[in-house]
Amino acid sequence: MAKSKISMAQEFAKGLWKENPILRMVLGTCPTLAVTTSAINGVSMGLAVIFTLVMSSLIISLLRKIIPNEVRIATFIVVIATFVTVADRTIAAYYPEISKSLGPFIPLIVVNCIVLARQEAFASKNPVGRSVIDALGMSVGFTLVLLVMGSFRELMGNGTVFAHQIMPLSFQPWMAIALQPGAFLTLGFMIGLSNWIIAKGKRV
Amino acid sequence: MNLILIFISAAIINNYVLVSFLGICPFIGVSKKLGSAVSMGMATTFVMTITAAVAWLLNKYILIGLHLEFLQIVSFILVIASLVQLVEMFIKKVSRPLYDALGIFLPLITTNCAILGLALFLVMKQYNFIESIVFGFASGVGFTLALVIMAGIREELELADVPAPFRGAPITLIVAGCLALAFMGFSGLI
Repeated sequence: MAKSKISMAQEFAKGLWKENPILRMVLGTCPTLAVTTSAINGVSMGLAVIFTLVMSSLIISLLRKIIPNEVRIATFIVVIATFVTVADRTIAAYYPEISKSLGPFIPLIVVNCIVLARQEAFASKNPVGRSVIDALGMSVGFTLVLLVMGSFRELMGNGTVFAHQIMPLSFQPWMAIALQPGAFLTLGFMIGLSNWIIAKGKRV
Repeated sequence: MNLILIFISAAIINNYVLVSFLGICPFIGVSKKLGSAVSMGMATTFVMTITAAVAWLLNKYILIGLHLEFLQIVSFILVIASLVQLVEMFIKKVSRPLYDALGIFLPLITTNCAILGLALFLVMKQYNFIESIVFGFASGVGFTLALVIMAGIREELELADVPAPFRGAPITLIVAGCLALAFMGFSGLI
């Protein structure tokens, strides 16, 4: 296997930029667009995905030799749904206001393509340690994008980041960025920018 | 009257794709050609209407009846997955032309978050049985509407000179942003 040659550190780092799930593979766009109205929402969503992805990768990787090939997708979904339920109930119990502002998007992690894609493409074929590192890298990469997007939209729409006032008080909030159109525009420009940086890196 | 309000609200004002951000993956993936956008929209509307009915019954008589509300996520996703499979087999037997028209799009619907989102919204909004079915159908119509508008724009976009880094997903997202801006105009309708 050619893949096992790359080190654990590279396995982790590839999720941050080179194979970033949102910017490079355009997976999991629904929660990205929906929850990044503020930095704190973006980060809470990211943490929920880190938990779900790492735990499901761990379990799927452990079970990879006994899951029959025909029912693997169904098995992945049940394992993922279990951890999503745990995350959903925990957030609802300890942080009710975050749970309220994220709405149905915590339960919707079940059908987040990133989680399922990592099980199918990685955890079901690789040993436990490597799968967990891969899951961690991917979900941290996801969280970073949410953090950047959430901070930008909160800054533009409200003049704050993590509820700290950044812009001068005379700043006129740019409401459209905090509302739905801004989500599409911000993500579109971020993906375009990352394409541009990569294309530029190749030319040099 | 109430049913008409539910229909307009779900199809246009709270459009799944452009306002609630559900089902973005097929919205970006299947909006290249007008023909496939229409097929995908039809298949999704069909599954959404049936899901609304089944999810309502499941929630009311099994989950609430047995106090198993915490199993909502797991049971909904299993029901949707098996429902899509069932619908696929049924269409294949009953109407071969329709099956060929929908093709690969049917199995893909399982991972469309708009379907699971629909089931979760139904529980939150506490609709009755008829209202749920109307809500499911209207959500599908709204999804189709967004998909078809987008496909129409993208066919024109083929001819436009888009800067290289923005080709593909980025320009689609930016166009979607402009569409969302237009759909915000509907927000005061009801």
